[in-house]
Amino acid sequence: MTRYFTEDHEWIEVEGDTGTVGITDYAQGQLGDITFVELPDAGATVAKGDSVSVVDSVKAASDVYTPVSGTVADANAALADEPELVNTDAEKGGWLFRITLSDPAELEGLMDETAYKAFVETL
Amino acid sequence: MSELVNPQDDQDLEPIEPLLLPLDAWHRAQGGRMVEFAGYMMPVQYEGIMAEHLWTRESAGLFDVSHMGQLCICPAEDTPVDLDAALEAALPIDLSTLKTGSVRYSLLLDEEGGILDDLMVTRWNTGFYLVVNGATKWDDIGSLRELLPDEVTLNHLDESALLALQGPRAFAALDRHARGDTPLSALTFMKGASFTLGGVDAWISRSGYTGEDGFEISIPGEAAAQVADLLCGEPEVKPIGLGARDSLRLEAGLPLYGHDMSPDHGAVEAGLIFGVNKRRRSEGGFPGAERVQRDLAQGTARKRIGLSLDGRQAAREGAKVLAGDTEVGVVTSGGFSPSLQHPIAMAYVDAAHAADGTALSIDIRGKRLDAKVVPMPFVQHRYHR
Repeated sequence: MTRYFTEDHEWIEVEGDTGTVGITDYAQGQLGDITFVELPDAGATVAKGDSVSVVDSVKAASDVYTPVSGTVADANAALADEPELVNTDAEKGGWLFRITLSDPAELEGLMDETAYKAFVETL
Repeated sequence: MSELVNPQDDQDLEPIEPLLLPLDAWHRAQGGRMVEFAGYMMPVQYEGIMAEHLWTRESAGLFDVSHMGQLCICPAEDTPVDLDAALEAALPIDLSTLKTGSVRYSLLLDEEGGILDDLMVTRWNTGFYLVVNGATKWDDIGSLRELLPDEVTLNHLDESALLALQGPRAFAALDRHARGDTPLSALTFMKGASFTLGGVDAWISRSGYTGEDGFEISIPGEAAAQVADLLCGEPEVKPIGLGARDSLRLEAGLPLYGHDMSPDHGAVEAGLIFGVNKRRRSEGGFPGAERVQRDLAQGTARKRIGLSLDGRQAAREGAKVLAGDTEVGVVTSGGFSPSLQHPIAMAYVDAAHAADGTALSIDIRGKRLDAKVVPMPFVQHRYHR
């Protein structure tokens, strides 16, 4: 299992041809109290960089972009009743959706954890 | 993710280096997350908007609103001038019923009756004390200077800080420190008086922008940190940021200048006709009077209303409001209500769809959210009358 990060503060953990996507702990901290998460439908075909999910906080709505292209396998149903999981457990239990990768080569353009941490330091 | 900023704040930004308020270092020391707002660096939150919001509703929150414009209008020295008449020519206020120490909500209107700002007017022994919005204060000073005769002095009290202490326990916390000719308990809603707080001269009024009982406190800027420390030293009080200030005022049904009212809106359609006092409605004699009288007589094509939404997804400023498939309005501010635990919004809609109980929907990027017109405030006011 390998975890990658985007400059837009998404993470994706890849196992075989399936990736689990969420937003980073840094991102949830910036957004504050999350009140609603709009999730993609299973079966949807998406392209890298598409806005596929929306995370709502008390004040603002933020788009979540898929880090890779593929087909949405499923989404985190627990967030319907407990959107605050994205605050309390952003990089594990607060995952947003799973995606079947159509082009694993896209992962090469993403950051590893060390690079992402360094990136956040610059913000 | 998209930019991690609140899009509602963008319109208030000035394209210049943000200014620092007297409590800048104090906010940072308290862990405030500073953002640019109305040309100043301001704390958007400390521990989190939801917690700060709920704390204010159940205890007391201290807000720094020193970005707002504090103005004093008084007669120029040794020059006889009817100050009441001069101010009544500029604002649709009835000063004959405003006693010394009393505070009243008013509107600054343009010649066409569009809203340039909303403001608070207090009668002082020496003249009038005005509090105007931060983002509009420079324009307000220009407008008022043009509307007022030369015999009237308009001072910008830019050395003063303004704090708001809001919430059901605000009185208990402030009462331990306020010393004056009258006890703090003598102040009822929209009344003010001079006090000292820990030896610092303060003008305190029982007013605010949260719907709760509370106080607004004008003090010298150099003493602001001392007073903030004094009040936050009380167990009831925590500092509260701009984020919760916005969600609290939204629940209280109080419009935000630049969003829920603007030069594009008149007083009647904005539901702010109480800012045009009764005698002035009939007599006129202030900028925009014709529009006010016409709108009162004929009604307006649209109205500012409150919307309650099902589910958890919030409607934001700019979202279209629909009746069936017909666009009938636009959301001017909206968000998730921490107290009610569902989304609420303010919108301008066609008058035919403005009645309480009307079922409407809101378009969020092609998705329809069900919404219902409800009376405001969304959360009942708890003023100390």
